[in-house]
Amino acid sequence: MKLIPGLVKGLAVTGATVVRTVFPKRGLRTLIPAPSKGADTVQYPHVKEAPPTRARGVIALHEGNCTACMLCARECPDWCIYIEGHKEKAPPRRPGGKPRLVNKLDRFDIDYALCMFCGICVEVCPFEALFWSPEYEFSEPRIADLLHDKSRLSEWMETVPDFEDYETGSVAKKLKVPPT
Amino acid sequence: MTATESEQLRYIAAQAADARVNLEIETEGMTLNIGPQHPATHGTLRIVVKLDGEQVIEAEPVMGYMHRGYEKLAEVRTYPQVTTLVNRIDWLGSFANEVPFILAAERLMEVEAPPRAQWIRTILFELSRIANVTLFLGDMAVQVGAITPVFFAFRDREHVLNQIESATGGRFHPNFDRIGGLKDDLPAGWVAETRQAMVKIRSFCDQISELVEGNEIFQARTRGVGVVPADVGLSYGLSGPNIRASGVDWDVRRDSPCGLVYDQVDWKVWTHPGCDSFARFWVRLQETREATKIVDQLLDDIPSGPTMAKVPRIIKVPAGEAYVETENPLGVMGYYVVSKGDLVPFRVKIRSASFSNISIVPWLLRGVYVPDIITILGSLYFILGDIDR
Amino acid sequence: MTAVLEIAPFAILADLAYWQVTSIRAIAGLAAVLLVAGTLVYVHLFKLVSFMQSRLGPMEAGPYGSLQLLAETGKFLQKEDIIPRRADRFVFCTAPFVVLVSTFLLVVVLPAGPDAWFISNDLGIYLAMAVSSVSVIGILMAGWGSASKYSLIGGLRATGQLIAYELPLLLAVVGVVIQAETMNLQSIVLTQAEGEIFGWSGIGNPFILTQFLGFAIFMIALQAELTQTPFDMPVAESELVTGYMTEYSGLRFLLFFIGEFATAGVFSAIAAVLFLGGWYIPGLDAGSELFNVIGPLVLVGKVVLLSLLIFWFRFTFPRFREDQLQKLAWKYLIPLSLANIFVTAVLKVLW
Repeated sequence: MKLIPGLVKGLAVTGATVVRTVFPKRGLRTLIPAPSKGADTVQYPHVKEAPPTRARGVIALHEGNCTACMLCARECPDWCIYIEGHKEKAPPRRPGGKPRLVNKLDRFDIDYALCMFCGICVEVCPFEALFWSPEYEFSEPRIADLLHDKSRLSEWMETVPDFEDYETGSVAKKLKVPPT
Repeated sequence: MTATESEQLRYIAAQAADARVNLEIETEGMTLNIGPQHPATHGTLRIVVKLDGEQVIEAEPVMGYMHRGYEKLAEVRTYPQVTTLVNRIDWLGSFANEVPFILAAERLMEVEAPPRAQWIRTILFELSRIANVTLFLGDMAVQVGAITPVFFAFRDREHVLNQIESATGGRFHPNFDRIGGLKDDLPAGWVAETRQAMVKIRSFCDQISELVEGNEIFQARTRGVGVVPADVGLSYGLSGPNIRASGVDWDVRRDSPCGLVYDQVDWKVWTHPGCDSFARFWVRLQETREATKIVDQLLDDIPSGPTMAKVPRIIKVPAGEAYVETENPLGVMGYYVVSKGDLVPFRVKIRSASFSNISIVPWLLRGVYVPDIITILGSLYFILGDIDR
Repeated sequence: MTAVLEIAPFAILADLAYWQVTSIRAIAGLAAVLLVAGTLVYVHLFKLVSFMQSRLGPMEAGPYGSLQLLAETGKFLQKEDIIPRRADRFVFCTAPFVVLVSTFLLVVVLPAGPDAWFISNDLGIYLAMAVSSVSVIGILMAGWGSASKYSLIGGLRATGQLIAYELPLLLAVVGVVIQAETMNLQSIVLTQAEGEIFGWSGIGNPFILTQFLGFAIFMIALQAELTQTPFDMPVAESELVTGYMTEYSGLRFLLFFIGEFATAGVFSAIAAVLFLGGWYIPGLDAGSELFNVIGPLVLVGKVVLLSLLIFWFRFTFPRFREDQLQKLAWKYLIPLSLANIFVTAVLKVLW
């Protein structure tokens, strides 16, 4: 036979949670009810929790770096990236040189209704044109509106945070986000 | 063991006596469809139960409502793409799904992840175990009627998910494991934060053991309900905590570790001789505590170095076959990978734990009462994605 | 629980026509049931439980979500009222009203002040216990009429459970009745107010002190009577979806919902009257007319306290199995309450 029955212990646990939620420790003002501080939830549209730097929220496009090489579109497991491009003559790098041929991006759409946020496109991009942004508020009322074009993807580039430092003991090289 | 066996015999005798009485008064049976949409099936499992009053005569699980064809899909996806698919099998502990597949591919390619990668893999593996089992601890209480524990479970599971997210970028689908290592190294400050999260998980375990495990009503509901003797459990292919709760001391992490560094840690495999639903709950509770200890020890000495071995940029796995299994949160999970030297696997067979675990359901549900169906299903703890794949 | 009476303080009422008095009584009855139910839903279901689970509960509708209940009501009223095709239409549609009627009838006997009551009945508590059983019929009707297996099992479970727990509920009351020597609820309150403990009459003599066993049995049986966890098998949502309420939607579901909380409120009020001294608070003269005004508030305060216990249990404990529940009722509660009656009767004679 236990000293205190489990039923009473259970009541104590929930009761203690009520007290902790309603009266979070705030120094002298301990007895002033402040449930919005004591609760473990946040009131979402008013208060927002910051996702971690690495959070895979939305894919941002650095348009200047993209060469329309189609690697991301080919590696995407559900083929949600649509790319069109054409070749264009650009002025020569040095005065007097030959005009260069560059790939010009016409269309870069990601269908976020299909995307499963695996991050393979960001990983395979050889030109540092795709980045993860922790931005997550991009829902749309209609599913077709989730197809975002390159101008919208480029806007998200501003929300891309700098890469964070690595934990001690790491030998990985810290990358930099190119300025837009 | 003898005590439980005699208990079980008495239980069966009582059930048989009840059945005889019912036969004598010629009651009319009733077929009850539990699911596919039912609060207790957490997903879309359907169980067709033939009832006599509130007693089950026959129960049959009907699966396949969530079949997504991952084995077939994997045949047309390259190896890096498969990891993002297998994330979605057991969606509560998703990192643990990647590991056996990656290990199988690594075995075929004959590469080995550097020690730092192995260490981080093991840590994340245990974190996903905690993320999975904490939810069970709350969910089991919901199945027997208590509402509050599941909110505690969601609250404290958040700490673990936050750690997984800040390391991998994905809360639910990390897609962090790569052939030959990991996608990235840990961010600064992660180790300290994880230690704090482990402290919180331990206090959550204490709360749960006071709120649920010690509760007399919970014990009355679970003790002696859904008894799985060890030999029956083994013959049905139960694994993981379900078989350890029948007193079988079998843990793949300890018995055949491959690629994960459990042999570097001082830990214990928990078993319980009870064989019943309460034993399954108890074993999982102890395992969560043990997992926090494993994580703490691993965090102490993560070796420094790279997190990625030398692998070609375009991965072609040489021809061959490999089977690797690990002790996932739900039980033993294995991948049988057949390669023909292509970019894509030729065939992937997934041995998922829940599928075997629920195969015992028809045997186990015979003769129990309707409330016990839910207790038993809850204590077997399956994830629908893990059953249907 | 405002009040309407034939006696002195509300002399104005005496001059009113019959229909006016009746409508005032009807409004007072509605207010007594709905306001208390609303208070319980807000204070306990929305807030207390949220704090228990370290969250905030509704916060958007009104200050601290206080108007959430109105929003919910509006939501339920908008919803389609679905009647299953094979349901027994008449039975299905009337069931929620039957459940609610028993709640409204219960209020009738409750005193809320020295002059504030609906009817003064010498069989008060007896009437209350009899009327409360009517809800069983409503629940059985709902379970049978829905043409759903979950509802049927839920209805049958509810019936078995309510019948089993009527007994301890009633037997627990008998102790109080013996001690108070009356079944009139108003007289029970007055007996407690004027009672004294070994000659000390500072706080009267609330029967919880002498009838603590009866109080415990009453609260446990009450929990089962209200089908709250740990005795909520009839609506066990992880087993039977929502039991006998499974097929209901819209207004009729709302009625069940109101019925649940209103009954919780009214039964807590009965418990408060029986064991905690009802509308009386120590320090004032029980005959004072002030109690006609603050009496209802005091009673509501006690109701909130008692129902706090109910909801605390509800959101902490898992639920019993049907057979364990019956075992608890027949093997423990009923013998205990019989023993309680015996001891009370013997002591009453000896004193």
